[in-house]
Amino acid sequence: MDEKERLAQIRSAGAAWQEKADKVSVGKTCKAYADCATVSGIDVKLLYTPEDVGEMDYMRDLGFPGEYPFTRGYQPTMYRGRLWTMRQYAGFATVEESNRRYKYLLGQGQTGLSIAFDLPTQLGLDADHPLADGEVGKVGVSVSSLADMEVLFDGIPLDQVSTSMTINAPAAVLLAMYIAVARRNGIGADKLNGTIQNDILKEYSARGTYIFPPTPSMRIINDIFAYCSKEVPNWNTISISGYHMREAGCTAVQEVAFTLADGIAYVDAAIKAGLNVDDFAQRLSFFFNAHNNLLEEVAKFRAARRMWARIMKERFQAQNPKSLMLRFHTQTAGSTLTSQQVDNNVVRVTLQALAAVLGGTQSLHTNSRDEALSLPTEESVRIALRTQQILGYESGVADTVDPLAGSYYVESLTNRIEKEAWKYIQKIDDLGGAVKAVENGYVQREIQNSAYAYQMSVESGERVVVGANKFQLLGKPLKNVTRIDSSLSSQRRAELEALKARRDNARVEHVLAGVKAAAGGTENLMPAIIGAVDAYATLGEICGVLRSVYGEYRPDASF
Amino acid sequence: MEEKIRVLVAKPGLDGHDRGAKVLARALMEAGMEVIYSGIRRTPEQIAEVAVQEDVDVVMLSCLSGAHNTLFPRVVDLLRQKGGGDILVLGGGIIPEDDMPFLKEHGIQEVFYPGAPIKATIQYVRDNVHKEKHS
Repeated sequence: MDEKERLAQIRSAGAAWQEKADKVSVGKTCKAYADCATVSGIDVKLLYTPEDVGEMDYMRDLGFPGEYPFTRGYQPTMYRGRLWTMRQYAGFATVEESNRRYKYLLGQGQTGLSIAFDLPTQLGLDADHPLADGEVGKVGVSVSSLADMEVLFDGIPLDQVSTSMTINAPAAVLLAMYIAVARRNGIGADKLNGTIQNDILKEYSARGTYIFPPTPSMRIINDIFAYCSKEVPNWNTISISGYHMREAGCTAVQEVAFTLADGIAYVDAAIKAGLNVDDFAQRLSFFFNAHNNLLEEVAKFRAARRMWARIMKERFQAQNPKSLMLRFHTQTAGSTLTSQQVDNNVVRVTLQALAAVLGGTQSLHTNSRDEALSLPTEESVRIALRTQQILGYESGVADTVDPLAGSYYVESLTNRIEKEAWKYIQKIDDLGGAVKAVENGYVQREIQNSAYAYQMSVESGERVVVGANKFQLLGKPLKNVTRIDSSLSSQRRAELEALKARRDNARVEHVLAGVKAAAGGTENLMPAIIGAVDAYATLGEICGVLRSVYGEYRPDASF
Repeated sequence: MEEKIRVLVAKPGLDGHDRGAKVLARALMEAGMEVIYSGIRRTPEQIAEVAVQEDVDVVMLSCLSGAHNTLFPRVVDLLRQKGGGDILVLGGGIIPEDDMPFLKEHGIQEVFYPGAPIKATIQYVRDNVHKEKHS
């Protein structure tokens, strides 16, 4: 029997089955299955068969892991070679406390660091700035100068850990500090492994910690790409992030589309700045969300990998196979955590983490159960890390590569997500690319509309959130929450004052003038910034100079 | 005809998480209120200024960064100084229950927990908004 006959046979048997199914299912337990859809609005059929993947060509669409188009994974042996990096995002209050937490996490078997900075740091403001009032040390660690960074990484061998820093608008400054700390410990920049998020486009569209307007922001990013390709070759110079757009409310399809569209914009800008695509593309990394719909999420990761390979090969003519690989970090979806019955969140996180692993993630952060209430307690963080360890060492899902490949549903969904995401990318291309689409508010509007629709479906009860809009309990939420001492602000002010008294202020003035000259000219900014942090110029002073040259981005507020 | 309830939805501090604020703003508008959204990263001074200038009945503050104990009471104080002491001030975001008494003592009349139904929030606004204007 040839392939066509085989499909015809399946089709006719399928039609007969459908008639039977129609009679038994409708209106009973499987309510209106004809209208079932994923979060992205992709219709879900009751049953998938070979017919749904009839067009699929194994070598063209899936291939082998570590080979184009990388649908099955970016690396040939995947988790049999090495489990994903278990990387819990952490950092709060002081550099001393955060340093202790990192050492604790490394001692518990965590394999990489992920630094959370507080909002003043993320916005290039020193801890003693008036706008920092109330925010110092709240959502991450407060770092204002190299002196803080030295304590933050004290006793941690920077040539042996990989460090991911969630820092965007001032990424160049924090990377410069990291390089300077390593140098002081006798470690060259070429020995450093890690990632800076450095993804400004999603700050405009979703996350909100932008400083400068898009044009100078893209220039700073290009300078980082160019500098690192020579001096810090193992550093991931950007983590192109869908995570925050998903948290802000977009769908799985939009997450893939908007993230890859941002990726296209960064590659475009770097090529326009004169870089060779294969010199920087292998250091691009990605960051996705793992949301509730298990199989849609798995399909999303697979589709994203395949699409990026096609984009890099066909659109940008990258030659090095490493330039085609989408490597990604995943975090479970914070917005799905409920403040009611917080222990239920452990189960949500487990399912989301499972999706990330089945989707072939390179590293993973699992959220803690109490994060809808406050910063997590140490016990909650440990359960979250244990969740990853149980998945990795007990569940068996890491034993074989891409285990859901060949599932009629998963393959069909992977194809559908790709198809729908291309439509958005086409639309963004028509608008003039991701930078323009963000400047004119298109991406923000799309995200807002999806967020509103999602919330309305929760409000109406059509979408069930266990413990929140169904199966509620009366009672008090968890009381044991972590809080940050508010005397921290004055302590930080005193520290900065002392730093400014003991450093060589004439040298600081000189290096800041150097940053200003580089910012106004066309020279790469990184050497000037490294020189500045090395002289203990503060984050706020360096970003202040950049603000004076570039101005600040101030979008209209819409909802 | 009854005058429309005027609401300022505002994001004090440096926090950029505005999904909740925007969804709420839209829901209030669809419920027939006049809504102004401040945008992210506003100072308490800016928020109080706009609230008084725009003669709003309600200010709804959203903060997910943990800075609420510093920022929310400051908005209330500034409103009082600028002649907006009769404006109803409500809060939401990631706010531990332990902080609620402190905020209520400092003039935030009600604080909504994450996941609080929008319907109930809208009803609360209708029931509690500055009575002499809207009765």
